[in-house]
Amino acid sequence: MKYVDEFRDGALAQNLATSILKEAQPNLTYRLMEFCGGHTHALSRYGLLGMLPANVQMIHGPGCPVCVLPIGRVDLAIRLALEHDVILCSYGDCLRVPASNQMSLLKAKALGGDVRMVYSALDALKIATNHPTRQVVFFAIGFETTTPPTASIIRQAKAAGLKNFSVLCNHVLTLPAMEAILTQPGGFPLQGLVGPAHVSTVIGSKPHQSITTRFQMPIVISGFEPLDLLQGILMLLRQVNEGRAEVENEFTRAVTPTGNLKAQALVDEVFEVRESFEWRGLGSLPASGLKIRAAYAEFDAELRYPDLIYANVPDHKACECGAILRGEKRPQDCKIFGTICTPDNPIGSCMVSSEGACAAHYTYGRFSESGTAKINVSGLSRLHE
Amino acid sequence: MSKAKNIYARPLDLKHGRVNMTHGSGGRASAQLIETVFSAAFDNEYLRQGNDGAVLPLPPANSRLVMSTDAHVVSPLFFPGGDIGSLSVHGTVNDVAMLGARPLWLSASFILEEGFALSDLLRIVNSMAQAAKVAGVAIVTGDTKVVERGKGDGVYISTTGVGYVQGTIAPSGNRALAGDVILLSGTIGDHGMAIMSQREDLQFESAIESDSAALHELVATMLATGADIHVLRDPTRGGLATTLNEIARQSGVGIVLNEDAIPVHPQVAAACEFLGLDPLYIANEGKLIAICAATDAEKLLNAMRAHPLAQFSALIGNVIADDACFVQMKTKLGGRRMVDWLNGDQLPRIC
Amino acid sequence: MCLAIPACIVELLPHDMARIDLDGVRKEISLSLVEDAKVGDYVIVHVGYALQLLDPEEAAQTLSLFAELASQA
Repeated sequence: MKYVDEFRDGALAQNLATSILKEAQPNLTYRLMEFCGGHTHALSRYGLLGMLPANVQMIHGPGCPVCVLPIGRVDLAIRLALEHDVILCSYGDCLRVPASNQMSLLKAKALGGDVRMVYSALDALKIATNHPTRQVVFFAIGFETTTPPTASIIRQAKAAGLKNFSVLCNHVLTLPAMEAILTQPGGFPLQGLVGPAHVSTVIGSKPHQSITTRFQMPIVISGFEPLDLLQGILMLLRQVNEGRAEVENEFTRAVTPTGNLKAQALVDEVFEVRESFEWRGLGSLPASGLKIRAAYAEFDAELRYPDLIYANVPDHKACECGAILRGEKRPQDCKIFGTICTPDNPIGSCMVSSEGACAAHYTYGRFSESGTAKINVSGLSRLHE
Repeated sequence: MSKAKNIYARPLDLKHGRVNMTHGSGGRASAQLIETVFSAAFDNEYLRQGNDGAVLPLPPANSRLVMSTDAHVVSPLFFPGGDIGSLSVHGTVNDVAMLGARPLWLSASFILEEGFALSDLLRIVNSMAQAAKVAGVAIVTGDTKVVERGKGDGVYISTTGVGYVQGTIAPSGNRALAGDVILLSGTIGDHGMAIMSQREDLQFESAIESDSAALHELVATMLATGADIHVLRDPTRGGLATTLNEIARQSGVGIVLNEDAIPVHPQVAAACEFLGLDPLYIANEGKLIAICAATDAEKLLNAMRAHPLAQFSALIGNVIADDACFVQMKTKLGGRRMVDWLNGDQLPRIC
Repeated sequence: MCLAIPACIVELLPHDMARIDLDGVRKEISLSLVEDAKVGDYVIVHVGYALQLLDPEEAAQTLSLFAELASQA
């Protein structure tokens, strides 16, 4: 795959790892946060964490839209499917999220709810067009990367005069979440942020300046491929060592300073910022979520179904997701990690999606605590091809 | 064969006809369906007896009897590279073969949904007959039931296979030893992604075909090298990762894989990238893994690569001592990660 | 978050759609969020939409930066 495989080259990765080792000063500890769940996933999936020196610690941020989706919002989607007999369209990620009363969208489907997985927002629109006598609701989640497609289909629905289509909007914004992390009282100090890749293709690199300026925090926007991530970490270390706090862009092949203006304009036309929105693990954050504007109100499921009133559902008492999302604790520090709380039975948000800090560690990294993690097998027999 | 007159008033309309409830009631309609569709396609000396079961010979001295069973509920019924019929034959033939046995006879029971097109049924049954012929096995007994419309998925097929295993050959999931190596017979993820490509809600075009195939002759070739194969298994549902985790747990060992060595068809890799899936967890229906002592690896690998179904065989990992029975992998990047059990279902994701 | 992959536009289709190719796997996606995309361009694809055009020169520069580091290591 062009523009993918080259950025996964093993030899170059080893060299970047060596450069990181050289750049990291032995008497310092570097605490860097990768904001984005995709980066968390990449760090684990490619085994990059083990390639970093011990004094470079990656704290996993809250940039995982499934993880921060409040249980109460999933409950709304389930109610739509079971009580209002709609065709509930959802991305695959949300189907297994545990909601209240031991339910999930998948379980609602088993109970007879018409829950359908879609790969693209366009598919939800297609279903509405093909089933004119049924009400169709699209359960929209995601950060700024995923919002423009939702805006696009709402505009298309209006142009087509669709009467049976609406959207339950849970879109959230990156920068308010970053600010929340950096202003939480009692938080441990962070020296740098790995900025989100695909969010930045849409919003551009410039908006991150507000974070850098306000918090004197170096940010390097890095692509998702492993070489991008390693390069991004190296650039952050250099900033820290040189006492700089700038927004740097590693992902220049897809991120420009201003981003995708067409997509931004479309989002602005269809959505406006909510006064506040609840984030699982982070609480209610001001100006952090989007809702559908009055001009497109007919497509707002929350208005079409006024009995859908959001109710907060607190997390399990022993769940440490809040602290983990803020970087104060690691998954291993949570008492129920790996015992009661596993990817098959996720208790908290960090275990729900494969990008959550806990899920990533459980699925890819928990072997690192066992004695066998460092066994070098190059000495064992291998036939040379 | 009895010379009684044809008792059926009208021939079955195989082009436009559909399964109805009387086909399952045991009367003339059932008999006609069985004779016209099943017996004609599967024809062999056992079926010609016309009994409800088959009387089979005992294994020769120094051989043991092996039995295995499978249910097949795949949807869609027809997919690139196969269908539920050929899949069911291959699946059971392979299960028997993974015990080091030569598969000989199959039973096949069908649960048909009222309204299912007879033309589709015929296509599936002919495909089974063809797969059985190529595999050198006979379908010697079977059953047919019909359920009401809405209570089935067109057709479900259950197959049971019986075979003989010679001498002391006994590959088993609990026989992997620290120091052994792991061999894989070819590319992973083909079958599962071929099925995915047919899903209406995903809609991608590709040349990916299911790898559904009978592996017993490959196994026979491998056994003929004289190598002591400790474990043989085909990584079906849950993929390579699940199979290796099962074996690690059964044998009480750990495994370290080499990601670079695991063959993946470029289109399968690309489709997985689109959907956020991991080929390690995607089903295969025509591949096997073999675990053996390191000293046997070269001759086994050579025998495998000489076989048309295993040209891309590779040594993909090593067995180590590990009380926690983890399956680890050295990534292409040179890092290390775990290859855990499948958590839930592999669903396409946006993030 | 945001699973997205660079793919090549092989055909432009009506209604702002396009067929893209990734190593032989083809899909129809929407170009409604980008402008001036042509056959042969690479786009970042997320949930069935092209989000941005990929800049081949920048990509080459980034890769050569990695290689440069390699020669210094």
